[in-house]
Amino acid sequence: MSEPASESSAPGEPDPNAEVLLTMSGIVKTFPGVRALDGVDLEVRAGEVHCLLGQNGAGKSTLIKVLSGAHQPDGGVIRWRDKPTTFGSPNAALNLGIATMYQELDLVDGITVAENIFLGHEHAVFGFPQRRRMRNEARALMRRLGHPEIPPGREVALLSAAGQQLVSMARALVHDARLIIMDEPTAALAADEVDNLFRIVHELTTEGVAVVYISHRLEEIRRIGHRVTVLKDGRTVAAGLDARTTSTSELVNLMSGRMVETVFPKREVSTVDETNEVLRVEGLTRGSEFADVSFTVHAGEIVGLAGLVGAGRSEVLETVFGARKADAGSVWVNGKRLRAGSVPAAVAAGVGLAPEERKSQGLLLDQSVADNVTLASLPEYSTAGFSDRGRELRDSRATLERLDLRPADPRRVVRTLSGGNQQKAVVARWLVRDCKVLLLDEPTRGVDVGARAELYRLIHELASAGVAVVLVSSEVPEVLGLSDRVLVMREGRLLTEAPASELTEAAVLDMVMEGSEVMA
Amino acid sequence: MSDVEERSSVDETVPEPVQTGPTGGVRTPSGLRMDIRLAILIGVLIALCVVGYVTAPQTFLSESNISTMLRLAAAIGVVSVGMTFVIISGGIDLSVGSMVALASVWMTTLATQSYGPWIMVLCGLAVGLGAGLINGLLIAYGRVVPFIATLAMYASARGLAERLSERRTQVVTVQGFLEFFRGDLLGIPVLIWMLAVVYVIGWVVLNRTTFGRRTFAVGGNAEAARLAGINVKRHTAYVYALAGLCCGIAALMVVARTTSGASTNGQFYELDAIAAVVIGGTLLSGGRGTLIGTLIGVLIFTVVNSIFTQNNLETDIQNIAKGAIIVAAVLLQSSTTRTRKT
Repeated sequence: MSEPASESSAPGEPDPNAEVLLTMSGIVKTFPGVRALDGVDLEVRAGEVHCLLGQNGAGKSTLIKVLSGAHQPDGGVIRWRDKPTTFGSPNAALNLGIATMYQELDLVDGITVAENIFLGHEHAVFGFPQRRRMRNEARALMRRLGHPEIPPGREVALLSAAGQQLVSMARALVHDARLIIMDEPTAALAADEVDNLFRIVHELTTEGVAVVYISHRLEEIRRIGHRVTVLKDGRTVAAGLDARTTSTSELVNLMSGRMVETVFPKREVSTVDETNEVLRVEGLTRGSEFADVSFTVHAGEIVGLAGLVGAGRSEVLETVFGARKADAGSVWVNGKRLRAGSVPAAVAAGVGLAPEERKSQGLLLDQSVADNVTLASLPEYSTAGFSDRGRELRDSRATLERLDLRPADPRRVVRTLSGGNQQKAVVARWLVRDCKVLLLDEPTRGVDVGARAELYRLIHELASAGVAVVLVSSEVPEVLGLSDRVLVMREGRLLTEAPASELTEAAVLDMVMEGSEVMA
Repeated sequence: MSDVEERSSVDETVPEPVQTGPTGGVRTPSGLRMDIRLAILIGVLIALCVVGYVTAPQTFLSESNISTMLRLAAAIGVVSVGMTFVIISGGIDLSVGSMVALASVWMTTLATQSYGPWIMVLCGLAVGLGAGLINGLLIAYGRVVPFIATLAMYASARGLAERLSERRTQVVTVQGFLEFFRGDLLGIPVLIWMLAVVYVIGWVVLNRTTFGRRTFAVGGNAEAARLAGINVKRHTAYVYALAGLCCGIAALMVVARTTSGASTNGQFYELDAIAAVVIGGTLLSGGRGTLIGTLIGVLIFTVVNSIFTQNNLETDIQNIAKGAIIVAAVLLQSSTTRTRKT
């Protein structure tokens, strides 16, 4: 609120007195254990591109879901065209004229462009779809979007990412939307395709359609945005800033400096053993995901990988672990080169991974904690192929106690544990086999504040015990607070390497968010 | 054992996950702990036996009828062991009946029989193992969906069996083979011994070995298993090979019982085996299941068959009854697991 909206400053601006389409005030949304939205205000006018800015976890996605009717808010008022409204379902929002283009494309692969555009809203007479009518309308829409070459009868799976994006947008347009929400629409697009997207956005706004635009790239926001609303920790911290004139440092400052009182344990004595290099990654490259990534980790050291979602951090971690196969480059553990693309080789060498998606990648949810803890060590817990259950239970219990996983009952089914304890179960899997290198991908995702502090303490203890830790987190303060050294990644490349003590949250945010032309 | 009931009761404590103290011992896939589902299944089995006794009091519980029932159940029972492994690992095998046919034909050709009983046995086992391994390699390394890969084997294995036998029934003339497999051991038919031994070994492998643990892990969450360093592809191939080996053993039993090998052997075994596994409480989605449940599933079907033949009822009614049992079992399964779903 530092600057009043000054839309007249840029050419082609919407009328400052344009109709206020949408007002949200004091929106609250809680999930078990998390207050995702804690008083969000947002005002969107007809014909403007309104940008939403905020760090991961600031509440942008939840806000979008409230707006599109997917979530119901627990508190606050939504006014649509000056009438109090509730969006009871995605369809209710659509009928009012609010369409959403989700970040994860929500298209059905096996059916055609036209069928996707009209999915759920088919023109039909007595249940028989009017294919020709839909196909003609789809063709007209694709022409309007500047891509008449995409035939409405083409299967969506055969289109490029950009083509699918266009279909997604056509789907929003077919409903005569007054407000279109775009969640990181350029994430999958190449430069010239971005230009086309922006042309379309411009056309839409000239027609009076409002766009709520979410992107991490400040450069884009400056190009097409009119006003900016900044979210932090589920609250609106600034609304209606001018997208072009507000300085980068001001935006970054608004987004950072969180108020959440997460305490990072201080490490009085550094446990880094500079003489003992445990993990060395050299020139690791994989397709379009990341290129030429090199770094080392010493015994007892915590190295943080900072960057936005999609910068390639998880991919690097999984490639080091062998779950993805590198195109080029090598990984060395204790001076021995790992076979590329082999998880068993990495595990045998003493590397462990706590994957990003704990439930779908990490755990056997319906099996016991002990089963999960010993999953990577079955040969060690068996004689001639026969499992040694007793030893498994004993060692599991000891590890659970060491990690303070409560209850320390190795027979309990993992599904019944809280998020923080499930994470501990994954870490325990690598502790029972004395791993040398622990790769932690978003270890605190979905973990509540109290359990986070415990996990932080645990990570420090592991480092103190000589484990080399690589930590990926989307929360910059977490990376800075925990790590000895920080690597900053953007768009698949390492930008900077520096001791955590020399970096500030604002500096890191600045690096990961500033336009891509700096480094590319 | 998948203590479905018990798990759902443990789940009620989810809102307070930090609750301490003993938690009533939710069990790992091992252990003989009875759960309510298993108790229900046993109850159904006993009830069916009572029905059988009431309708045919002189014959049903006679030693010869029990012996006949179990010998008839032996082949399908062994096939169901392999099927249990496959389904727990998250797959399906539609080709078991055809693999039984192929193995039974191959081991009874004139050429094979001319080498004597040992080679016959070896041939049956090797053909089953080989066919299963082909399934496994296609699924694990060729990335063919299990349903399709085993459907192809379903068609081609029976085709090959027909070609080998020229659709004729091949009578076994090797006396050594017949004497042993049709004989008794300590007063109990060898086929029943074999059934028991296969179940004991299967149970030990599933619940007491690394192989079994990996099977549960691969079926429960293949990605988690892979990221824990388990070679998921190789294990998948092994599991289908194991199912094939079970079909080879079943082929020995069928050949012994009918004293012949024919391409029509093992028909509908895939349906009976899948039904027995599902009735036994193994989840079709993988990751959970028990061999004891499968055994009871097989016995339930056998008893139903016996009741119908003892009372001279038509097979059409018999099939309707089987269908009803399958539906009832699946409904029971979903009603006891529903509370678990979040």
